[in-house]
Amino acid sequence: MASLASNPVAKMFTAIRNKRRNRLNRADSFQRVLYVLLTLLSLFMILPLIFIFVQALKPYQELFIVPPRLYVESPTFNNFRELFVLSSSSVVPVTRYLFNSIVVTAITVIGVVIVSALCAYPLAKHRFPGSKVLFATILLTLMFAPETVGIPRYLVASHLGIMNNYFGHLLPHLAAPISVFLMKQFVDTNVPNELLEAAKIDGAKELTIFYRIVIPLIMPAVATVAILTFQSVWGNTETSRLFMQDESMKTFPFFLSTITTGAVNNVARQGAVAAAALILFLPNLLFFLFYQRKVIATMAHSGIK
Amino acid sequence: MSQSEAGMTVPLSKNRNAGFGTRLNAYFKLIWSYRLSYLFIAPFVLCFLAFIFIPVVLAILLSFTYFNALQPPHFVGWQNYLYLLSQDLVFLRNALPNTIKFAIMVGPGGYIASFILAWLISQLPNYSRTVYALIIYSPSLVAGAAMTAIWVPLLMGDRIGYLNSMLLGLGLIDKPVLWVTDAKYLMGSMVAVTLWSSMGVGFLAQLAGVLNVNKELYEAGRIDGVKSRLQEIWYITIPSMKPQMLFSAVMAIVGTFKAGEIGQQLSQQFPTPQYAGHVLMSHIQDYGEIRFEMGYASAISVFLLIMMYLANKLGNKLFGSRGDE
Repeated sequence: MASLASNPVAKMFTAIRNKRRNRLNRADSFQRVLYVLLTLLSLFMILPLIFIFVQALKPYQELFIVPPRLYVESPTFNNFRELFVLSSSSVVPVTRYLFNSIVVTAITVIGVVIVSALCAYPLAKHRFPGSKVLFATILLTLMFAPETVGIPRYLVASHLGIMNNYFGHLLPHLAAPISVFLMKQFVDTNVPNELLEAAKIDGAKELTIFYRIVIPLIMPAVATVAILTFQSVWGNTETSRLFMQDESMKTFPFFLSTITTGAVNNVARQGAVAAAALILFLPNLLFFLFYQRKVIATMAHSGIK
Repeated sequence: MSQSEAGMTVPLSKNRNAGFGTRLNAYFKLIWSYRLSYLFIAPFVLCFLAFIFIPVVLAILLSFTYFNALQPPHFVGWQNYLYLLSQDLVFLRNALPNTIKFAIMVGPGGYIASFILAWLISQLPNYSRTVYALIIYSPSLVAGAAMTAIWVPLLMGDRIGYLNSMLLGLGLIDKPVLWVTDAKYLMGSMVAVTLWSSMGVGFLAQLAGVLNVNKELYEAGRIDGVKSRLQEIWYITIPSMKPQMLFSAVMAIVGTFKAGEIGQQLSQQFPTPQYAGHVLMSHIQDYGEIRFEMGYASAISVFLLIMMYLANKLGNKLFGSRGDE
């Protein structure tokens, strides 16, 4: 009896085991659970972002509704108008902050891309004396945040005479070890030495090699560095806070941080604040949406070995 | 490895017995032959020296002085550090424990979360993978000042606060909770908000790492008797993406230690109520920008840099590859 019974039982067990093995390949139920989980999480992640959109489009009377709503009934652009009116009477209008931000961000992104690529290429392909030390230093500074030494940075900037002009916004960002690191890793793996040698035999100069061969081959890394730099500069308040005393040289995120202080008890201003936050957030999102594929491609080479 | 046209000409010290002068000469020739390389790296190196290297060195030097920005600094030896580690009660009771608490919750917590998320997302088919990755990454695009604009109304302490009104509506709480102005809850809110926005570059690196694991390894693993996905993760995924794990660990560590503003952004007070959200960065700001005791502030920043370095050492131990990986 026992042996007869054990046979079908054993068969059943092997069947179950086979099924489980199949699950490794297909796993429909696993994916379904995954979708539910990730969707719930995404809701949590994205709700605050939806909130800022809604808040920015709310008309005055809807901002005061108790209990507060997460949707808007009659969207308007009044908040944006108010944001611009809010400061038109003060010494520096919003447009000036915005202008500063756009100029600073554009120059810095271009600057960082060029400077980092220029440094990454020899670092990856030339064995010049000191290259190992330089790369080790860069790796080490990846682990530090320069923000922690704000006071000495202030001292250096004041000695260099870059206070209150655009250099004060630009130069501190050019020291971007993370950009150099990402680009160097990308050059290492994506620029074949044979190509460089062939170009050299054909008599190409280093600078020609750099912009004719290296740059086109590392375009994904260029895009990634550009985006990451854009994100950090566009939202940066540090350079305005430390290096700019002249109000008309400060940037938009700094302006936002000044109008948000005190917004706790000031519901009326929340609309304008939300509008400003949206102006700060949207370009980041759009740029990333355009280039996300390239960013992920670059990140694959980001590993520290 | 190829060499460029730069550096092809002179091999270093052909003759080992040559005099010091000749060797020095050869060395200079070698450097001269790489002049183009140096020219290429010069812009970065100069900015790096000016805004990272010199400030760090200056911070170390200033930390041994009394400096109030008006008079020239004068040397005081270890006094700043002694005071910091033995008498500064705000530092010992609030700033240091807060920083460690915050760093442990946000650092490893966020790091593990970002790995799990990256792995889960990588299990999805192509199209939905991109959508979910975008959604989870997008909060990290919210920069400092915009954080305030979003979270202050959401967490506001009265009935108008969105979270309070929602929880009241669901009957989970009886009266509004002061999420950001009560010392009891501030740290929790800081951690939650920071975690929300922490799925940034590190998360993308991990996602790329998971996606780039050689598929054949999984096949081979199955033949060798890997039975579950957990085993797959442990024996195949993690070992093959160690470099990305390390990179994202470094990003996580740096991100957590330098996050100092979130407490005052949320509570809109400086210092935060009962120093509940006072971390090392706020302490530096307090002494450096408000009390103008720059020597002492520098001592705190050196202390913070050392903490960062040690944390990174630990990360390196965990994920660093040995030798040839």
